[in-house]
Amino acid sequence: MASVAVERPLAEDAPVKRARRRGLLLLAVLVLLWGFWEGFRALGIHYGWQRPFTVDATSMPHIHDMIWALFQRPNPEAPLLIVTLLKAAAFTGREAALGFAMGATGGFAIGALLAHSRMLQRGLLPYVVASQTIPILAIAPMVVIWLASVQVTPWVSVAVIAAYLTFFPVVIATIRGLQAADHRAVELMRSYAANRWTVLWKLRFPMALPFLFSALRISATASIVGAIIGEQPSSIAGGLGGAILNFAQYYSFQPQNLWATNIIAAALGIAFFLVVVAAEKLVVRRAPEHVA
Amino acid sequence: MSAVSIKNVSKEFKGGTKALEDIDLEIEQREFVSLIGPSGCGKSTLLRIVGDLIEPTSGGVTVNGKPARQARHDHDYGIVFQDPVLYDWRTVARNIALPLELAGWDRNRRSQRVDEMLDLVELRGFGEHHPWQLSGGMQQRVSIARALSFDPALLLMDEPFGALDEMTRERLNAELLRIWQASESTIVFVTHSIAEAVFLSTRVVVMSSRPGRVSKLIPIDLSQPRSAATREDPRFFELATEVREALHMGGGYDMPLAATGLSEGAT
Amino acid sequence: MMLARRARDWLPALGVFVAGIGLWQGFVKGLHVQRFLLPAPSAIWTAFSSNQNQLWHEGWFTFQEALGGFAIGCTAGILFAIIVARWDLLGSALMPYAIAANAIPIIAFAPITNAWFDPLTKTSKMVIAAVLCFFPVFVNVVRGLRSVKPEQIELMRSYAVGELTVFRLVRVPTALPFLFTALRVASVLAMIGSIVAEYYGGSLDALGANIEQDASLFQFEKAWAEIIIASLLGIGFYLAVVALERLATRWQPREEIVGA
Repeated sequence: MASVAVERPLAEDAPVKRARRRGLLLLAVLVLLWGFWEGFRALGIHYGWQRPFTVDATSMPHIHDMIWALFQRPNPEAPLLIVTLLKAAAFTGREAALGFAMGATGGFAIGALLAHSRMLQRGLLPYVVASQTIPILAIAPMVVIWLASVQVTPWVSVAVIAAYLTFFPVVIATIRGLQAADHRAVELMRSYAANRWTVLWKLRFPMALPFLFSALRISATASIVGAIIGEQPSSIAGGLGGAILNFAQYYSFQPQNLWATNIIAAALGIAFFLVVVAAEKLVVRRAPEHVA
Repeated sequence: MSAVSIKNVSKEFKGGTKALEDIDLEIEQREFVSLIGPSGCGKSTLLRIVGDLIEPTSGGVTVNGKPARQARHDHDYGIVFQDPVLYDWRTVARNIALPLELAGWDRNRRSQRVDEMLDLVELRGFGEHHPWQLSGGMQQRVSIARALSFDPALLLMDEPFGALDEMTRERLNAELLRIWQASESTIVFVTHSIAEAVFLSTRVVVMSSRPGRVSKLIPIDLSQPRSAATREDPRFFELATEVREALHMGGGYDMPLAATGLSEGAT
Repeated sequence: MMLARRARDWLPALGVFVAGIGLWQGFVKGLHVQRFLLPAPSAIWTAFSSNQNQLWHEGWFTFQEALGGFAIGCTAGILFAIIVARWDLLGSALMPYAIAANAIPIIAFAPITNAWFDPLTKTSKMVIAAVLCFFPVFVNVVRGLRSVKPEQIELMRSYAVGELTVFRLVRVPTALPFLFTALRVASVLAMIGSIVAEYYGGSLDALGANIEQDASLFQFEKAWAEIIIASLLGIGFYLAVVALERLATRWQPREEIVGA
């Protein structure tokens, strides 16, 4: 339509200007969140709100106290909290990264297999879906025991648990993506006498990339979640999951420590997500496609 | 009273692109007027200004003697786009009934009218189908039925057959003429097919681009009713040639592109 | 004929089920796998049938938490999405943050909701389930509401109808498939979220707390029976959402993929 075509803005904003605007916006959002938290807290304490929960210094520590806590020692012998937490984040991040790699590879392999045959899809896909309804946390200790019996180090076992949460979105996206190629494009490949493998790698796989990446974005988060909750019932203390359990016990005395830990966990999750987004930008140089 | 009266209409988009400049056009009741021109001549924009979907920068439009906005609120016109724009979640019948629902018709009157419309566009028996079950040509017929369902005095059509194959297009051309004669409405039709414009119209408005202007008005004196034989009439070729020449006169460098059948949106 | 086709569609899955159970049983019995590693299906079945009443009671308790959290989280997600999608500028400004927030491991906050609310109540778990459900619903509904084609809006404008009518007749139906995609994800998240939250301390009426306790008391067969109840309820919840989707979006051609 002419009307739509003409109304497009003439010049794109300069990237520097856009980056600055984004930075300001981020700042604004953070300030807004901070104001909301402190405002709610102040009103809640002033009026003695009991609902939805009792608002006091324990349930809602000051945000600056959470940040401040990062640069304190939880006890005199311990290093600064932020040092402990960054180590824990690195530990958990390693589990998650390995889990992510295993889950993504495995998920793609399963997806490619299922995309191949409708019979296999009918037979196995319901179980792929059902697998996600099994509370992984419940079987995590068993997974650690199973793998320990074949000499696998505990952190790798946690990675396997993370992989279990990671693979599912990838399977679904692979099936969808590999089947998304236009049949005319497939016919064109056939006209070049391309075999199945060539069609897969030159056509179907590139077509599936946008689908895959939107799954990987979900999987990035899932792998962190898997690593954190995988550590806990397996009594692995070195990671964020262990730190959360530890500080949860002392919540009534030092609530800010648990909050600080969760801030680091959130940052780790977002960092993983952003890495996938960045990889997507590098690999998929096409108009973004919104595939849920 | 003329069906559409366009006076001194200009349109400038944000960013300074001049889409239309000083358009003057009178369209009488019962006319079938085609707007033809190269890509970017603003013919779709002009159609949208008549329908009060876009506001002109200056100038004014009246429809049936009323300002365009008033006419839109009075449901004086029906519109058909290049895409059928059917609502996927509604059956064919309920797509056709949509404007009737909005105008507050009761259920009985609605279903009676829908049946008439399905007959008119020869889709009887498809009322309970969903749009995705129909071919492109059938979908466009539903879209026409929807535009005509509330009996508007004016029908605005924006390249309605542009995305269809030649065979389907010719069949729908013939059907449209039949419908036009049965319904006593005025039609303003945007196209970039010369043959289509000449075959359908009582008058062809040739436009030139950058900025969009009316470069020539060509009355089409082919006899009514028109049929497949009309396309082989020597007079048909004369008129088509006249339109083609007018298009080339008006800065027709865009013609080869327009003639490939690419829509304006696609270029 | 319809029934025959249904049966044929599900036959492979049934075959896999039977073969899987058989292999499992044979594997455990044949290799004398110790029961703390993996109990045999027959042993789990015995534990299941002898504790049925208690198991369903626990399941129902947890399911209520999941359902409550699902309802709260999805409603909030939809409402926020409507507000954000209505004001375009707000939407494009906030969306990146909502998507990034979706990357936060929300489960990690379960100890905090346990501290906020009495850990023995259902509320503390519902909140976690609700937050888990919120983000996918919010993001998808915003996407859905904004994926209306401009011509559909133009057509509505040609009928001179108000924004509310456009919303009801065009935006809502367009967004429905997007909403249901999110609801399916949310149903599974709500169930898992509730169970995991129970792990951090909760009523012994609940599944998660019981799985933890039974495992530590070496009642592995019962723990497995509870895992299976959790899974069955999760599948049931998911299928209920799928059924609702089929009902609400009957106009759509059927999709082949079960999970997507």
